[in-house]
Amino acid sequence: MNVRTYPLLATVAIFLVAYAACYAQFPAMLSTRVIGNLLTDNAYLGITAVGMTIVILSGGIDLSVGSVIAFSGVFIAVVLRDTGLHPLPVFAMLLIITTAFGAAMGGLIHGLAMPPFIVTLAGMFLARGAGYMLTIDSVPIDHPFYELIDDAYWLMPGRGRFTLIGGLMLVSVLAGMIIAHRTRFGASVFALGGGEQTARLMGVKTGRTTVLIYAFSGFMAGLSGIVFSIYTGSGYPLATVGTELTAIAAVVIGGTLLTGGAGYVFGTLVGVMTMGLIQTYIVFDGSLSSWWTKIVIGALLLFFIVLQKGILRLSVAGGAMAGAGR
Amino acid sequence: MMSRTLRRIAPQLVTLAVLAALISVVFPGFLEISVSDGRLVGPVIDILKRGATVALLAIGMTLVIATRGIDLSVGATIAITGAVAAWSISNGLGLAGALSLAIAVGLVAGLWNGVLVAIIGIQPIVATLILMTAGRGVAQLITEGRILTFSHDGLAFLGSGDVLGIPVPALLWPVTGIAVALLMRRTALGLLIEAIGINRRASALAGINARLLLIAVYMTSGLCAALAGIITAADIRGADANNAGLWLELDAILAVVIGGNSLMGGRFSVAASLFGAMIIQTIDTGILLAGFPSEYNLVIKAALVVAILVLQSPRLASTWIYWGMRLRNRRAADAARIREAGE
Repeated sequence: MNVRTYPLLATVAIFLVAYAACYAQFPAMLSTRVIGNLLTDNAYLGITAVGMTIVILSGGIDLSVGSVIAFSGVFIAVVLRDTGLHPLPVFAMLLIITTAFGAAMGGLIHGLAMPPFIVTLAGMFLARGAGYMLTIDSVPIDHPFYELIDDAYWLMPGRGRFTLIGGLMLVSVLAGMIIAHRTRFGASVFALGGGEQTARLMGVKTGRTTVLIYAFSGFMAGLSGIVFSIYTGSGYPLATVGTELTAIAAVVIGGTLLTGGAGYVFGTLVGVMTMGLIQTYIVFDGSLSSWWTKIVIGALLLFFIVLQKGILRLSVAGGAMAGAGR
Repeated sequence: MMSRTLRRIAPQLVTLAVLAALISVVFPGFLEISVSDGRLVGPVIDILKRGATVALLAIGMTLVIATRGIDLSVGATIAITGAVAAWSISNGLGLAGALSLAIAVGLVAGLWNGVLVAIIGIQPIVATLILMTAGRGVAQLITEGRILTFSHDGLAFLGSGDVLGIPVPALLWPVTGIAVALLMRRTALGLLIEAIGINRRASALAGINARLLLIAVYMTSGLCAALAGIITAADIRGADANNAGLWLELDAILAVVIGGNSLMGGRFSVAASLFGAMIIQTIDTGILLAGFPSEYNLVIKAALVVAILVLQSPRLASTWIYWGMRLRNRRAADAARIREAGE
């Protein structure tokens, strides 16, 4: 078996063991209500984490997503408040803006040969600032279309709600899996993550790929912003502060190598669900404080990073042994 | 030596001067300093005081970035050390006990990061991300989720007191900065750190104990964060685990970058980073004084970062060097032609 799948297997195993442990203590954890809420509550995080996975697979990082989500919510709320437009054209406008924003960051990263970290940091300030400039208040969204979406769910057996936004997240993950693992663009992303120089020698158009990667992440952040505005029913420029780090943590817990070049989009979904599970457990328990979430996520991060480090050493040693055998 | 340092920090000084001139146009009293109740007051003094936390963080961050690393955990370390200081003062450990405990905790945080980076070999951005995520949880564990307030004049003095009319925080960062800069430049330490940043393998082959130095550098960053955490807690006479030092790591990194230090490691200047921190604070204060809504703050900051990035870009730099060389070659050729014509 491929050593590279170990982190993914470990993620899945940890999720299942954790779920079993939660179930043993609170049998209600397995009800469709909890599962439905797990999907709905983490929908915006899951969607943006798919974009982040592609970015991290390419060896980059995108710190702007949290701000872009907040900007999206504010943009939708303000445009709906001030004009008589239907939400759908507003969504389309927003997705064009965030995709172009991501593409511009990708262009800067490639054109200036600057670290993605600092370019997307500037993007983070810019998106958050743009949100502040639209409004500094929380703007409620009051539109019949939003009520329609809110009521769009499938009542699962056991009275759990499988909502539209939860479904949208699963579709996004599926789309991300196809893009990353089954397309030429995905192959270019993995190649770029393996090393820019080698990728270029292999014939990957590095500039075009970099722009597309960040454009994709911008698109996903915009989509996530739409979902977040549906979830909260408002737009607030101070919302989702730090979501970029939660998304990065979910990607790492999902078994993707932060140096790029190895990982699975599906793992990210498991990572998001694991973090959601921790929060659900704390809610169920009632006596634990919410700060334990942060500590447990930190510990999980450490565990996965050290695990990956060990696997990398193993695979390097394995490669060396295979080389000696030949 | 002096003139070389001056030339290195000239862009930052010019930026500061331009900013000061711009703000003075909109807010004429910007550079005025007056004495009230035996203390100096004025916008400039305010900037020196409020910029203290980012300036302190920037000192440690400069060294970390010079080794081609990055320390995302300093904001969380501020929260932890502030909580430790507040907790120990309200549990009767006394000023000396509280300070030394907070500083020790800051050093331990740095040690943790350093071990992850130097011994386990995790990329710095990931290694410090762990403490960044978990650190605030730890701080909340200490404060038990509340804002831990205290009434101790000795500790509060560090945040809001003054010596010879100058606020204590405004004195603390220059003193720390000068101490670290002297330690780096009067010994070979600075050179060794630059060597690690340029090529860690080569530096190790040249006999530099890269592991030990890396750990020491991250511990310095933890120490600076502890000092910043103490003055933050002292200033508001309480520790707020949620908001103390929130996103200051990004401001500190920005200060280092504005200071002209490359994120790719190598040559560094602590003085330039400190001026970078003051530039950020001047922009923040200036926007407020000029009467702009503070919403513009982030957009202006973003535009500034992009402008600085473009100027620093390695790709553009090579283009400039190329054009500079062509220009020089052409001049030399012209000179040769004139000389030939003369003969």
